[in-house]
Amino acid sequence: MRVALFATCLVDAMAPPVAKATVTVLGRLGCTVEFPLSQTCCGQMHTNTGYADMAAPMVKNHLETFEPYEYVVTPSGSCAASIRHQHPWITRDYLDPELVDRVEALGNRTYELSEFIVNVLGVTDVGAVYPHRVTYHPACHGTRTLGLGELPLKLLHEVRGLELVELPEAAGCCGFGGTFAIKNADVSSAMLADKVHHILTTGAEACTAVDASCLLHIGGGLSRNRTGVDTIHLAEILASTETDPTVTAANGGQP
Amino acid sequence: MTATAGSGPIPVDPPRATNTGHLHGRPFPAAARVALGDSQLRRNIGKATHTIRDKRAIVVDELADWRELRAAGAAIKDATMARLDTYLEQLEEQVTAAGGVVHWAADADEANRIVIDLCRRAEATDVVKVKSMATQEIRLNEALADAGISAWETDLAELIVQLGHDMPSHILVPAIHRNRAEIREIFNREMGKVGRPAPSGLSDEPAALAEAARVHLRQRFLSTDVAISGANFAVAETGTVMVVESEGNGRMCLTLPRTLITVMGIEKLIPTWRDLEVFLQLLPRSSTGERMNPYTTMWTGVTEGDGPQEFHLVLLDNGRTAALADPEGRAALRCIRCSACLNVCPVYERTGGHAYGSIYPGPIGAVLSPLLTGVEDNTSLPFASSLCGACYDVCPVAIDIPSMLVHLRTKVAALPEKARTPERQLMRALAWVMSSPSRWTRSIRSMGLGRFLARNGRFSSMPPPISGWTATRDLPAPPEQSFRDWWAARAPEDGAS
Ligand code: SF4
Repeated sequence: MRVALFATCLVDAMAPPVAKATVTVLGRLGCTVEFPLSQTCCGQMHTNTGYADMAAPMVKNHLETFEPYEYVVTPSGSCAASIRHQHPWITRDYLDPELVDRVEALGNRTYELSEFIVNVLGVTDVGAVYPHRVTYHPACHGTRTLGLGELPLKLLHEVRGLELVELPEAAGCCGFGGTFAIKNADVSSAMLADKVHHILTTGAEACTAVDASCLLHIGGGLSRNRTGVDTIHLAEILASTETDPTVTAANGGQP
Repeated sequence: MTATAGSGPIPVDPPRATNTGHLHGRPFPAAARVALGDSQLRRNIGKATHTIRDKRAIVVDELADWRELRAAGAAIKDATMARLDTYLEQLEEQVTAAGGVVHWAADADEANRIVIDLCRRAEATDVVKVKSMATQEIRLNEALADAGISAWETDLAELIVQLGHDMPSHILVPAIHRNRAEIREIFNREMGKVGRPAPSGLSDEPAALAEAARVHLRQRFLSTDVAISGANFAVAETGTVMVVESEGNGRMCLTLPRTLITVMGIEKLIPTWRDLEVFLQLLPRSSTGERMNPYTTMWTGVTEGDGPQEFHLVLLDNGRTAALADPEGRAALRCIRCSACLNVCPVYERTGGHAYGSIYPGPIGAVLSPLLTGVEDNTSLPFASSLCGACYDVCPVAIDIPSMLVHLRTKVAALPEKARTPERQLMRALAWVMSSPSRWTRSIRSMGLGRFLARNGRFSSMPPPISGWTATRDLPAPPEQSFRDWWAARAPEDGAS
């Protein structure tokens, strides 16, 4: 199966291991992964900050880049949600209403990683080995806007060696919210403080999620407080095997 | 910002944003900062919202057809809004036919003037009040005070707020930011100044506090001739107005006094009696987490020899038709003020209601307040959300608050005064880079150089605006190689950017 990877701007620039892991997992499951180099960003940050007009050229670029592919997979719940739910109205209001159908069609074949693996490929055991104590943060946009629900947990349950500990108040937002973290830094920090606190009570070595952006935020708090707890993207856990384990700072490697 | 009360000529076309009442305050981030520093407040609100949240979840899960009910609630409200003019006229006809008098108020000032005139005609120096958001919205109590009329809140929580010279901080539980020790203190200190004092040796047991309030209020009910209420619903086909409540104080106000004045937002209308079947299932479960609220009072005009002999219904616009005219905003008028969205909101949970500066706080407040005042008067509220979506999940009439917030943000960013902000310039520069694959590739390549400035692979302090982030969070250093460069090196045949 030929699959186009939408890495997201954040992962492309700041967290390449997440995209590499996505390629690894999808490859292991028999997909031929392509990374069209003309991709940039879904425009979500602009859209959610009130600059949908500026996001419009990115939406157009996204359509042109990914339209040729039957499946688009992205290791981000919030970018998948933006592509599915925001791109159509941005196209209608700022690009060309004639394009909306094509944008919607692309949205409908764009999948967040766990959604693609479980719902499209029909797999829950990806053959991963990750012998660590991990807690899972259900990132808001994936869980609510995309309706991922338990999908990531289904995958985590099948990972060998992984001890999954439940995160108290898991559904609470970590306080990232894009530019919210800067525009309302105090409230955002208060939300993060509680998230960090709950993560610490689990005694987990790492916190995982389907969104690199939330993990960047949570990781920023864990690191600032020198908790020694790491963040790891779901893709990195799924890519980990006995012979080629994913190594994070907390389990002895480099960040 | 304050609605000026009393006399004065009625402007022919009142400017929408100036007379809307208690719908805006200072910028949210600054107000939130103060609230976040109040540990007592955070504890009180955190505890209270979690309790109601859990209760709601249990009783909502009991109903197998909740989704259908929710969809029906949304559909009924949308259909009503689409023909609001017709239904409002029908309501007016029915209320008038049943002996009531209908008044139309374009904004807060006009509504206050109408109510003050009615009180003066009834020669009232005191009025009792049923808990009502609409009258808080128009600052009626303040307007009445300026006109020499004392308004006495009778809802327990509103009474606490009023005696404490405080502002409501929640739609349903206005004193949610107070704990029982604080309430006891307020009762002891204030009750005696305005009426029957609190009993000596008052404890902070909820039952004792409620009893103190009951005794204090009883005297008022019996001696006051005019009551002022809001309304939860008004049925167009019958002219029936309705208040749902928990305490019974509303029932006293709605039945004992001679004159009843109800101030109601025009969106509270529903077409038929039968529609109540849906809303009376949605509302109590969403608001208090009860299957049914203890008191539901309904009245249709006046009935000779039974209840108030004079009934005035003040229909309040105050920005609602403007909200209705906004295709992206009109769904906010579905709101039945259950406050479920407040109780699940991670922002509200930490800041409480006062930080929003509007009588409507929390997620619904962040959309409704700017819709009613116009965004130019409420530029920070649309940003007072992380867009986590918890509010949309619980809303019994399926208001997609996160999407509405995004649309309101777009309106704020388009305001003339925002044309040259550093934020806009930064966003424009980023958009320029991000809409071109080649510029993007080059820019993240140069960003990678930034890692030499990092310590231990992270940044712990950065200049503004990123300083807002690094005050409490580290930022990882950019990697040596972006993913796209890694990919291009690995598979050069894939084409260059
Ligand atoms: S927006 Fe929805 S959840 Fe919030 S108060 Fe209104 S009806 Fe309730």
